[in-house]
Formats: sequence, C-alpha cells, structure tokens
Amino acid sequence: MAMSARDLDKREFFFGHKACAGCGGSLAVRIALKVLGERAVSVLPAGCMSAVGFNFPQLAFTNNAFITPFAATASVMTGIEAGLRQRGIDDFQVVGFAGDGGTADIGLQALSGAIDRGDNILYICYDNEAYMNTGIQKSGLTPYGAKTTTTPYKGSRRHKKDMLAIVAANGVDYAASASIGYLEDYIRKIEKAAGITGTKYIHVLAPCPVGWGFKTDETVDIAREAVDVGAWSLREYENGEWKLNREPSRPQDLELYMKRQGRFKIEKQYQEENNYAGE
Amino acid sequence: MVERLAEFVEDGSLDAEFIHVESEHSALSAAMGASLAGVRTFTATSSQGLLYMAEVLTYAAGGRFPIVMINANRSLALPWNIYGDQRDSLSLLDSGWIQAYAENAQEVLDLTLMAFRIAEDTAVRVPFMVNLDGFHLTHTYEVVDVPTKEQIDKILPDYDPGENQIDFENPRSFGFTAGPEWNASFHKAHHEAMLHAWNVIDRAENTFHAVFGRRYSGGVDAYRCDDAEYVLVTLGSVSGLCRQVADSLRESGVKAGVLRLRYLRPFPDEAIRKVLSSAKSVAVLEKDISFGGAGTVFTNVRSIVPAKLNVIGGLGGADISAAQIAGIFESLQAGESGVKWL
Ligand SMILES: Cc1ncc(C[n+]2csc(CCOP(=O)(O)OP(=O)(O)O)c2C)c(N)n1
Ligand code: SF4
Ligand SMILES: [Mg+2]
Repeated sequence: MAMSARDLDKREFFFGHKACAGCGGSLAVRIALKVLGERAVSVLPAGCMSAVGFNFPQLAFTNNAFITPFAATASVMTGIEAGLRQRGIDDFQVVGFAGDGGTADIGLQALSGAIDRGDNILYICYDNEAYMNTGIQKSGLTPYGAKTTTTPYKGSRRHKKDMLAIVAANGVDYAASASIGYLEDYIRKIEKAAGITGTKYIHVLAPCPVGWGFKTDETVDIAREAVDVGAWSLREYENGEWKLNREPSRPQDLELYMKRQGRFKIEKQYQEENNYAGE
Repeated sequence: MVERLAEFVEDGSLDAEFIHVESEHSALSAAMGASLAGVRTFTATSSQGLLYMAEVLTYAAGGRFPIVMINANRSLALPWNIYGDQRDSLSLLDSGWIQAYAENAQEVLDLTLMAFRIAEDTAVRVPFMVNLDGFHLTHTYEVVDVPTKEQIDKILPDYDPGENQIDFENPRSFGFTAGPEWNASFHKAHHEAMLHAWNVIDRAENTFHAVFGRRYSGGVDAYRCDDAEYVLVTLGSVSGLCRQVADSLRESGVKAGVLRLRYLRPFPDEAIRKVLSSAKSVAVLEKDISFGGAGTVFTNVRSIVPAKLNVIGGLGGADISAAQIAGIFESLQAGESGVKWL
C-alpha cells in the first residue's frame, strides 16, 4: 500500500546530528529512513551527512550505520549486502546516502561497478549541487551559472551531469529523481525502490542554505520551486522506460528561482559573458 | 590467486560469495563491508593496486576489520616494471595492518592460514597483509604441502565476528569521527592490539606446529646468529641465498649470520635486539628505498640496534647473486657504512 507523509514511521532514525538549520540533505536522510525502517543499514561516504551524523560519542543514527571512504559508497554497500546474505539474513535494505560529489564525481566508478553486478542495494544521492562539507567547491552536479568557491566570479560554466541517464545507461534496475520539496513523490519512490530486487538509484534534490545563499526557512520551498520552474525534474526510469512525474507548472519563473539564491548573483562584469539575464 | 578462488566458489568446494569488483579501492571496500556484515573476508592485490586501495587500508585497520589480504610485492611506477620488489607494502607500513613477509610458497600458505586466526583473535582484530615476493614466489613453481580440511579446522576456528558486526537487535554506528579529545584513544587501543598480537602469533604457531609439524619462529628467523659477528638482516625470498652464503663464509672462518624478518608490523623490536645485541656489525639488505633517506627496513632496524650498512638491491626484479651477498659481508668486515646500491 502506498505510504504518505501522514503514515510515516513516528520513530526517528537520524536525529541529534549537527546539520545546519534548514539543511535539505538531513531531511532527505531522515525521511528515507522513516520509509525504510529499522532493517535499513545506512552507508555514508565522506560528506555533510556523515560529518554531521557520526561525531563520537554523539552518534545520530539509530539503525546500523557505517561511514565509508569518499569513493566507496557503492562498493561498501555491495560488501554488506553480500555478507548479510551469506549469513542467511534476507530481510534488510542496504541504503547509501552520498552527496553529489560522492556520486557524480569520485564515487561514479564504484556505483557503475555495483550496477554492473546488479547488487541489491538502494543508492540515494542527496544533491546539494556542490562539495558542501569542504566549503562549497564545484562538483559535476553544480548547475550552470552557480557560484561556488572554485567558480568564484563567473559561476560554473558547465551544466549538471545527467546522473539518471548515466545510471540508466549502466543498466540500473530502477532510477528516479526526486526533491525534498515534493515529499510524497520522494516517499513513494523510496518505497517502490525498496520493493524492487536489484540496483536502485534515487537522486534527490536537497537544497543547502549555506551553499546556495537563501534563508534557512526557505529550503523546502526552494526545493519545490526548482521542480515547478523546471530547474529540476521528477523522473522515473524502469524497464527501459522513462516517465516524467510532473510537468513544470511555471517555467516562466526560472529567473525568480535563481534570483532568490545568492549563488546565481553573478558580478556585473561577468554577466554578459555568462549569458545571464539577471540584474 | 583470485582466479583459483573463483574456481573453488563456482565448483562449490568453497562456500563463499565471490564479488567481481571494478577496482582495488572497491575490492577492499567491499571486503570491509562484508566484514562489517559479519563474515570472513579475503582479498588479494599487488603493486599499484595496493597503492590504489591505500585509502581503504586505514579505514579497514581503524575500523578493526580482520580482513586477510595477500599482496604480491611488486615494483611501483614510474618507471613501469612488472617484477618484484618491496616498495609497495613497505611504503604502507603505517597503515595499521599487520604485515608479514614470506620466504617461500609453503610459508605463504601457512601464513595465510595463521593470518585469519591472528587477525580474528578478539584481542587483536586487525587486518593482516601477507606479503610474498613478486615473480620469485608468484611466478615460479614449488612443491607445497596442501593441508586437509580437518587439519585446517584444528588451527582455524569457525568465524566469530565479535561485536564489530551489523546487529539488527542492537544497531550501532560503525566508524565515526573522533575529535582531538577521543582520537588518540582509538589509535592507542589499535597500537596495543598490534603489540598484543605477538602472544597470539606465538599461540597460533604452537598450534600450527602441533598440527603440521612445521615450526615458525614469530617475528624473526635467526640463522647462525648466536655467535655471529657479522649479521645480514633481510626479508622475503632472498633469505635462503643469504643463508647459503653465510654457510660458505663460516667454512672460511667468517662468523656470519642471517636474520630474516618475518613480521614488520608489529615490529619485532625485542627479538631483533636479542639476536643482534652481540653482533659486531649489522647490514640490512632490502628491495626498497625511501628516496632521500634510506631503506625503510634499515631505518626500522636501526631504531633498535646500531646497524651501519644498508644495501638496496633487487629493485624492479633485479637479480641478487651469491657473490653480491658475499660482497655485503666483505663490506661489513671492512667497516663500510651508509646506503649502498647493488
Ligand atoms: C578521497 C577524499 N578526498 C577528499 C575528501 C574530503 N571531503 C570530505 S567531504 C567532501 C565533499 C563532499 O561533497 P558531496 O559529496 O557533494 O557531499 P556534501 O558535503 O555536499 O554533502 C570532501 C571533498 C575525502 N574525505 N576523501
Ligand atoms: S552545509 Fe548545507 S548540506 Fe551541509 S549540513 Fe549545512 S545545510 Fe546541510
Ligand atoms: Mg554536495
């Protein structure tokens, strides 16, 4: 039966962590674990969510959880899944929570390996569109025009990699994009993925007030608006078929979406070069 | 090695899961995940592959996962070279793994069996790297006594993952950040476990002897060192030739001895001190150089005894001849010191 936000598990599996106020990533982790429950084994590479969740002795996960090398989310998940199965245990879900850098850049090879093996794992990329934990450096998922500490004036000159297309091309069993601004959709996709045996990939947009430059109470709204204006799409890939789950409702407001965020405020002298229509 | 294991798994003679990985980094990461899940794990690598997994070595060690890994000691790029030397593992001595060095194929097999027992001991819980010389031990044939399952059962108990495993009744965080106030306590416990491993190694070797009749000697293997004036310290497959040379020197009245290091971590400092305390002068022969310094084995040995001469040889698979070894003893007699290249 489809789960909704109302009948989510009341228990918390990720709390008492040190994420900043308004952190989209921590919401993505928290909600996913409420869907998956106590049989989930969490795997987190270096990144904000591991940095805020594993501060000995202040450990924030109440399920089994493991911190991994930056590049090793998928391969550690593989090992855990194989090991538990070897022990004769079968009612569990290994779930990874890796950032955009940990997924689209350094962890891509290991993810490809896991898809190639068809390992029964659920890989969730929480995408805050830069290397936030180390100070907002550009990643392969930083969008065009966004300023980061390594694209300081002109903003990123590259578009985001299309991770969904990449995992689909690798032969993933199920892939979906989501946004923490559309929780019901995110919850449905996690629940669906958990019911599929095979390699599952969910890419959830998880805005970061610190790195994007917006107020801490705007996170969910920004995450929602990203979908509404078409800066992000809610898609699903299954059995070789693509599905768009939601049409952008107000594509004309893309500029408004960008103006709300400090990262798109490109200095005047670079605006033209950046082909940016902002102020 | 892994090809043969794949055969065992596919023909059903080994009840194990064989994971095909796309890199060494992933190989050790998957082994770590499986170890965390509560099963016995093994992997193998060599040379650049070992360096590629270097990051994961410290995770596996700090996470106290009793993984056993065989490393075929091979040269490092650049320049490219596919033959043996010991620069790969020696450059990673500080990664927190037990490191043993075998002399021949039989010892590789025997060490690997004991490695599981030592690494998995509840008081140790440190991953174990069995090193063997590339080419000399990996690509040559030797007659080896292969143990039976019954024999193995006598020295290797069923796997007991202890507390360091996923438990759905008592879920935990494994691996975490430990700030300055906690950090050292974890490393100190790890260090002490490594030191404690000597007792476990000793027990494992005693049991091994009782079952197989072969006696191993812990951290070092001393040959004619009791009254030796000139001792050559070395490791790995070249040791046999060194002993032969010592024998012939003895015949001509030179009191020569050979000390083979079997373990580099934990470091057999007490054993080295004991064996070498009465030697007149000591040389270290190794297939390694820490550029701008000296050989890593030499530096370690010299922290215990005043070894003078460090001979660097066998790099990139270069042959080490009996005449060259005899030359090292001559250099010792002539009072030479410093780093010398064969
Ligand atoms: C091999 C390696 N390189 C660099 C780092 C340092 N590091 C830790 S977290 C991080 C950034 C992670 O970015 P992302 O995956 O996007 O996650 P976020 O911090 O944004 O949540 C980096 C570079 C590391 N831990 N390991
Ligand atoms: S920097 Fe951003 S992603 Fe990281 S904890 Fe803070 S809000 Fe979350
Ligand atoms: Mg990020």
